[in-house]
Amino acid sequence: MKKKQVLVACGAGVATSTVVNGAIEDMAKENHLKVDLVQIKISEVGGYEDTADLLVTTAMTKKEYPFPVINARSFLTGIGTEDTKKQILEELKK
Amino acid sequence: MNEVYFDESVILPDIHSATKEEVLTEMSQNLVDKNLVKESFIKAIIEREKEFATGLPTAGFSVAIPHTDIEHVNRKTISVGILKEPVDFGVMGDESETTPVRIVFLLAMNESHSQLSLLQKLMQLFQNEETLRYLVEEKSQKNIKEFIEEKLDFTKL
Repeated sequence: MKKKQVLVACGAGVATSTVVNGAIEDMAKENHLKVDLVQIKISEVGGYEDTADLLVTTAMTKKEYPFPVINARSFLTGIGTEDTKKQILEELKK
Repeated sequence: MNEVYFDESVILPDIHSATKEEVLTEMSQNLVDKNLVKESFIKAIIEREKEFATGLPTAGFSVAIPHTDIEHVNRKTISVGILKEPVDFGVMGDESETTPVRIVFLLAMNESHSQLSLLQKLMQLFQNEETLRYLVEEKSQKNIKEFIEEKLDFTKL
């Protein structure tokens, strides 16, 4: 299976994406999945349109992308984290 | 020197501002006065909050975690503001919604892609309703400082 490229984005690429990045790293390890995680600002997502398989973000995206987008706010609030993890795992296993 | 600057002077336990712009200005100005951030931080933080809201509806009291680009920061710090009355902040990732925020953690970060353990601990902190209640009700800067220091464990970063 090809290594999936997962973009992790927030407004500044500094704070919240760091937390989400860490959470996905742990998840991938637990499930023995190899993932290419790229932590960026949401404004940089366009540059990865050809290579990315998934975007996980805490920022808002109005734009349409050729890959699925998952909202990761639950990693910050603790509400609904399990659902979000399930969604991400499903995409990674595709 | 790259430890987190954290003392009683960055804890503002009694903010009366009525709008998020006022809250952010008051908290940022305090950091400018202490030379922890550059003058440009104030405008940058307000603009960023407008573009990418950071309000988080948590289980207890809503929290906001405003932050901006690293170039506006001189020294890494976390400023804590407790709002007397709830102030509406936009919800992170959902521009159409607002949430009544009582606690603001203003993050002044000076490295990107780092501080993972600090941020993770911070997120854990505001996933705990009891912790948030304590912060909202406690008036002493010293107590709040000690409480947060214990929770975030700056020494082990």
